[in-house]
Amino acid sequence: MSGYIIQRCLQAVVVMFAMSVIVFVGVYAIGNPMDVLIPLDAPQDVRALIIARFGLDLPLWKQYLVFLGNVAQGDFGRSFVYAIPVLDLIVSRLPATLELTLAAVIGAAAIGVPLGIWAGYRPDALSSKTIMGVSILGFSVPTFWVGLILILTFAVWLGWLPAGGRGPVDVVLGVEWSIFSLEGLSHLLLPAVNLALFKLAMMIRLARAGTREVMLTDTIKFARAAGLSEGTIVRHHVLKLIAVPIVTVFGLELGSTLAFAVVTETIFSWPGVGKLIIDSITSLDRPVMVAYLILVALLFVTINLLIDLAYAVLDPRVARSRAA
Amino acid sequence: MSALLLEVRDLRTHFFTRAGVVKAVDGVSFTMERGQVLGLVGESGSGKSVTGFSLLGLVDPPGRIVGGSIRLDGEELVGMPLDELRRLRGRRIAMVFQDPMMTLNPVLTVGAQMTLAIRAHEKVTGVAARERAASVLTRVGIPDAAARLDAYPHEFSGGMRQRVAIAIAMTHSPGLIVADEPTTALDVSIQAQILHEMRELSRESGTALVWISHDLATVSSVAERIMVMYAGRLVEEGPTATVLRDPRHPYTRGLLDSLPATARPGQELRQVPGNTPSLLALPPGCPFAPRCVRASERCVEDPEHRVDAVRAFRCHHPLERAA
Ligand SMILES: Nc1ncnc2c1ncn2[C@@H]1O[C@H](COP(=O)(O)OP(=O)(O)OP(=O)(O)O)[C@@H](O)[C@H]1O
Ligand code: SF4
Ligand SMILES: [Mg+2]
Repeated sequence: MSGYIIQRCLQAVVVMFAMSVIVFVGVYAIGNPMDVLIPLDAPQDVRALIIARFGLDLPLWKQYLVFLGNVAQGDFGRSFVYAIPVLDLIVSRLPATLELTLAAVIGAAAIGVPLGIWAGYRPDALSSKTIMGVSILGFSVPTFWVGLILILTFAVWLGWLPAGGRGPVDVVLGVEWSIFSLEGLSHLLLPAVNLALFKLAMMIRLARAGTREVMLTDTIKFARAAGLSEGTIVRHHVLKLIAVPIVTVFGLELGSTLAFAVVTETIFSWPGVGKLIIDSITSLDRPVMVAYLILVALLFVTINLLIDLAYAVLDPRVARSRAA
Repeated sequence: MSALLLEVRDLRTHFFTRAGVVKAVDGVSFTMERGQVLGLVGESGSGKSVTGFSLLGLVDPPGRIVGGSIRLDGEELVGMPLDELRRLRGRRIAMVFQDPMMTLNPVLTVGAQMTLAIRAHEKVTGVAARERAASVLTRVGIPDAAARLDAYPHEFSGGMRQRVAIAIAMTHSPGLIVADEPTTALDVSIQAQILHEMRELSRESGTALVWISHDLATVSSVAERIMVMYAGRLVEEGPTATVLRDPRHPYTRGLLDSLPATARPGQELRQVPGNTPSLLALPPGCPFAPRCVRASERCVEDPEHRVDAVRAFRCHHPLERAA
């Protein structure tokens, strides 16, 4: 098992190097930030000076090596726009996205998995068909549209919840959270629901498909033959048997939402990283883009690693086949 | 307590499929005494498993028991509320299936699965449940059982896995265990062992067994009585020795002739000629008629149950009794 972990970590390092090259070249290709940052009427010598200061006069491969050297010392560079270290900038935005994402993904799983299990357990019940109908809706309606409808309904029309922005924050464990006050939660609710709908639909489908399949197996029949109650069968047998695909999707969703909650963050003016990256693309703020994309890659590599480790815990057969 | 354990009368279990009604079990009657081992044989698709599942009320839709009666210790199981039935399963009547790889949960430890089975009927602490589990596993011949509780099914050999399944079935010392081809999926060398052990266990604990198999040879080595099933009906039933030595139903004769043991060396092994009929479109009268060498015009009428001194059969033109 430990050999497997080491092997996976080495793989992760290689992936990260490859990603850094791709990101660097890709961002370079998007456009020259100096066109945006330096006023067009600036004299040629000033222009050259600024370009040299940012190191943009060097050939691409040299820029990359300089970048790698800096990263090795924990320095991702400074934002062209905000003139503060990129890492600080991203870290300052991270808690907002993190709490939004966690609320959405955990909420989707906590509600979607039980609903999906029920729909798979009683596929012919009216309640199950209703659940599946709702999940189709969750899949097919675009996020931005749902976001606007939510704002119109609950903020504008009913006036129950704020239309956007993040509520007041409390510092807990050195991080700023808005989930510890009612006011903060009221700001969080709509964007979290907006973000959760698609994931909810996905969790329902996944849990339903898994449950339907598992319910037909001899494992369940044998459990029934031993006199286990239906509740026990669902809690102990079904839940564990359908856990692997659900944990996979949960992990990947967590990652992709952390990285790309862009639409929802924009609609609800949520000050998270999604909004930051959109802004940095418009202003060609290269260091922010590079650092962000590399961190996203790191996030996914880490999540994949964790998912694989979770497999080994959830399904002992995996652990054995990989140890071999 | 009377000697009579189980009384099945005119059991009918049908599947309501899109193509039509499949009469998988159609009018099966038999009785069992306490501690008795009863063999149930027949070709694939003859309704053996469905009969077994019916006894536990475990027929899945689109199937259901449409008629008849199953009395366990005098108590009627057909139509019993599901919750009462559940309390019966595992405690008074249990089941072992063909393939332990499919029946045991691959992601739960053996100890966890046994604990669930124990707690289905008894309120005990986790520690007590583990002790019970270990002692039952020891009884079915699993060495070092206490240490093996934390192992997963895939960490056991095929034979050991089936022993675990048997242990789960035996946990509450039920009066009856339905064993649906419990050795078929195992290596030949293990088969005889498991067969022998289950026989011993049933004798020790006074548990009756319904031993389902499509293999006459296997059944004849465990069962005191034997039932031959064809197309959802019992065609012959009686003491194993009698039925094997001296079958009266042409189908039983056919099964016996297909056994390697009765074939002389050099003689070609005979199969029962023809195919299992589709249960959707059974001809009127005796369902075996299209394959039967003794069939006559009379066979378009359903043969009655008939009995001789020791056994029952269902045929218009039975084979003569050997002297
Ligand atoms: N879920 C189902 N839907 C429709 N028909 C079914 C279903 N389950 C069983 N049957 C029918 O019931 C009949 C009897 O099946 P059963 O499984 O009892 O046979 P068996 O004698 O146990 O055969 P085998 O030796 O292959 O296990 C089969 O012909 C099958 O077509
Ligand atoms: S009743 Fe007729 S067809 Fe059926 S087994 Fe007997 S002889 Fe053959
Ligand atoms: Mg069967």
